[in-house]
Amino acid sequence: MSEKYIKPSRDIAARMMVDEMVVMSVKDSRVFSLNPVASVIWSAADGFTPLREIVARKVVSEFDVDAEVAYQDALELVEELAQEGILLLADHPIGQERV
Amino acid sequence: MNTILENLNSKAIQLGIPLGVHLDVTWRCNERCVHCYLDHDDLGEMTYDEIEDLLTQMAAAGVFFLTISGGEPLLRTDLFAIIRRARELTFNVKLKTNGILIREKEAALIRELGVENVQVSIYSHRAEVHDAITKVKGSLNRSLDAIRFMVSQGLKVTIANVVMKQTRFDYPSVQKLAGELGASFTIDPTITPHINGDRSLLRLNIDRNDLREIMNDKTIAGEDQFIAVAPGADEDVMDSIPCSAGHSACYVSPYGDVYPCVQFPLPSGNVRQQKFIDIWKYSPQLEEVRSIRSRDLPVCSSCSHVAGCSRCPGLAYMEGSMRGPSTADCEKSFVKTGIPSANMLLKAAKANA
Repeated sequence: MSEKYIKPSRDIAARMMVDEMVVMSVKDSRVFSLNPVASVIWSAADGFTPLREIVARKVVSEFDVDAEVAYQDALELVEELAQEGILLLADHPIGQERV
Repeated sequence: MNTILENLNSKAIQLGIPLGVHLDVTWRCNERCVHCYLDHDDLGEMTYDEIEDLLTQMAAAGVFFLTISGGEPLLRTDLFAIIRRARELTFNVKLKTNGILIREKEAALIRELGVENVQVSIYSHRAEVHDAITKVKGSLNRSLDAIRFMVSQGLKVTIANVVMKQTRFDYPSVQKLAGELGASFTIDPTITPHINGDRSLLRLNIDRNDLREIMNDKTIAGEDQFIAVAPGADEDVMDSIPCSAGHSACYVSPYGDVYPCVQFPLPSGNVRQQKFIDIWKYSPQLEEVRSIRSRDLPVCSSCSHVAGCSRCPGLAYMEGSMRGPSTADCEKSFVKTGIPSANMLLKAAKANA
């Protein structure tokens, strides 16, 4: 099974509001509000830490959930955010892409 | 407004988070607009390092929406470095400019940096009128070229049309021009006093009949905004706040002065002397602004328009009291409904006494 790597797109603005990450696409001004688990994953999306490791370190330990279930949910989430164009998702580490 | 943004703003107000900041990076300008409320000398602008530190502080404080303006911001040679840093800190950046210094290269850079929206002031579709307002020959064509360059880059551009006596018949043509250029359009029918308090600029304001025409133009106001008489004032209305100034937004001048809003020049602290977050949280001036509810307004609380009025506390402050009426907004309420405001009735009674 290949690792997945994630990193915010350069075309977004984002700010953590208490426990909720607010993300706006600067291309089309769509706004997204991420729940606390999604916000934790987003905040750890540095392009080089594998998604499975992010989930294990930041989600499983913090939110007391089954590791495999959490990973599958996270995978679904990041695929959705990638489809929306606000998150980069790749099978390899993602380099310096931000402005 | 988008529901997520509405919730975000409510949450920011509830938690005391400065969601939006308007940052003027300079008051210098390459135009000399007849209605401008600023001085244009450089009295010691913040350096790049100071602004970078401020941006870092603002990001930590929760600022999300950052409007970079001036003066003409492109007169700062480090403007793009400032925007780059702001975008690295994932601010949503809006830029207000006259566009004179924006050519293909600058437009491409603004797009590359991820600026969400660029607002350009266009006063008239007629070059002789626009240029007479800016006092710069050729400025309309330069600004329109800038808009074309930016739109061709895929940037979202908004044309802001300040209506004044000289331009009162021009807004439909400017609106049409915006459509042709692929830009959005916004109109502002209110000339504000100079930031130093000088009210002589108000002579440029359009008269009541022209204001009525604009306020009742459905292409400007929408279908329902300006038709109905304001609803009655219930407890929610009396507990309401006038706007986001000091509640979820503030203004920072090129010299580091913090005000509740660019139109509300109440000195509330300086980021060269205090941390941004300390000014935001503990400034007595901002605390006072935040404490005011509709029920606390001596004249406006008894006004029939209290529920629907767009009363600007900054304009009221410049008229003498942040708790007082704002005459420009009384006029708007009157032309929308035909019902005089409490302030207008009070003034009439005094005049007849």
